[in-house]
Amino acid sequence: MENKDVIIIGGGPAGLAAAVQLYKLGITNILILEREKHLGGILRQCIHDGFGLQRFGESLSGPEYAQRFIDEVRELNIPYMTEVTVTEVTAGRKVTAISRRGVMEFQAKAVALTMGCRERTRGAISIPGTRPAGVYTAGVAQSYMNLANIMPGQEVVILGSGDIGLIMARRLTLEGAHVKAVFEVQPYPSGLPRNIEQCLNDYGIPLFLSHTVVDVKGHSRLEGVTVAQVDEQYRPIPGTEQEYNCDTLILSVGLIPENELSLGAGLTLDSRTKGAVVDEDYQTSCTGIFAAGNVLQVHDLVDFVSIEAERMALSIQECFLSSQFGNAEIEIVVDASISYSVPQKTTGKKDFTLSLRPKRPGRNCTVFVKQENVTIARKKFAKVLPAEMIQLAIPAERIDPEKKLEITLI
Amino acid sequence: MRREYTCIICPIGCDMTAEIEDNEMVSLVGNNCAKGRVYVQQELTNPIRTIATSVLVKGGELPLASVRLNKPVPKASLFKVMAEAKKVILLAPVRIGQVALQNVAGTGADLVVTKHVDTIH
Repeated sequence: MENKDVIIIGGGPAGLAAAVQLYKLGITNILILEREKHLGGILRQCIHDGFGLQRFGESLSGPEYAQRFIDEVRELNIPYMTEVTVTEVTAGRKVTAISRRGVMEFQAKAVALTMGCRERTRGAISIPGTRPAGVYTAGVAQSYMNLANIMPGQEVVILGSGDIGLIMARRLTLEGAHVKAVFEVQPYPSGLPRNIEQCLNDYGIPLFLSHTVVDVKGHSRLEGVTVAQVDEQYRPIPGTEQEYNCDTLILSVGLIPENELSLGAGLTLDSRTKGAVVDEDYQTSCTGIFAAGNVLQVHDLVDFVSIEAERMALSIQECFLSSQFGNAEIEIVVDASISYSVPQKTTGKKDFTLSLRPKRPGRNCTVFVKQENVTIARKKFAKVLPAEMIQLAIPAERIDPEKKLEITLI
Repeated sequence: MRREYTCIICPIGCDMTAEIEDNEMVSLVGNNCAKGRVYVQQELTNPIRTIATSVLVKGGELPLASVRLNKPVPKASLFKVMAEAKKVILLAPVRIGQVALQNVAGTGADLVVTKHVDTIH
């Protein structure tokens, strides 16, 4: 068994940023374990641009954004292994991994969970009908087209208005497919407004809100879908059904943090984020196990994933220096106006950045962070959307350690 | 005439309302920065976009290298750019920043490689 200061699980944007930051902070006995053949994670297949505007002040494609971090990993000589799958992480921070070379075991002082997320599938949203070929999640269609040079189909219907679905609507159109429409079950789009504009409106692809697929037809290959309008409870409205002939159905219906290893380690997960419950150090319910990036909460922008992972790296360094791994007891709770917050707990001893998502679109709103009647932080927004994460700074000096933090959006 | 725009320059995606007379912008509200005004002006005169696609690679560990335009081109020429990109075959190894096709479809923009593709072992 090899001893490491930090084992980083996953060499995508979060893992790469965490590794570089840890190394620069003087923590060099680290190792990145990556399941795929190459570092870079999902960015490798995200060939469109728009990445890095916050971080680098220029618009990069996904592979270029990833390469900037990979170059740093190589220049600093940060150890990494690819084609290695971690099979177990214990609460005592023992990490077991397998590869063609055999089984490896590591004892880590700290574990950084940066496994990213997975797509929700047809099964997860229970679409009725037959089970033909031609039904893909948006990310699978993207990997077929951008990594393997395989065209998923020609006559396409897209369910869900997540950003990857919108990007794929444009990508498929440019490659000669006919994208008939995008349907979204919510009464508002779940992707960013700029993607509605440049991926749908530019190509005359209609977006139907409050609509869903109620039937899938075809045997060996998809032949068509039935779409219906839904009411406020997302129930299909009888009589509104419409038939669309298509050979391809692309699902862009959400992402779920990938937390099988976290469950194995016995971490407490948040049923809203589907990621670990963490404190302001990004430390999970298990001492010495940290999480950042899409494994913790699904982000809209990779730039914020990198920043979150770097903050986690700084916390790990602080914990190492002080030999104190925080024991957060102050709860952070949200009301019905907000879907979730990260972190969910705080020690009250450090300033931190609070991330949250509004439940509904709104204009001229203010986020209030209160302890009973005392407001300890607030921030105004001209526009809020569930598609866009909100962040605000929380000053530790104003936190009363005896009371929980309550967050509302008015 | 009043027209609504969603800025595509950055992820903020400002909702903007422009007052337009004779194809000239007389006022604009809703933009958080100066780029919004430039965007609406461009949309009125000659809408431009950048796109990304892939080109074939021979002898590479991957069959494709991703590419993107190094500057925006008129919206109307996007499908011509795609048709030209389809004809390109690069020889591995391919490096980020390498020009895959110069002055693509006469637009003055180049297609630039955005992914390293090493030679197959």
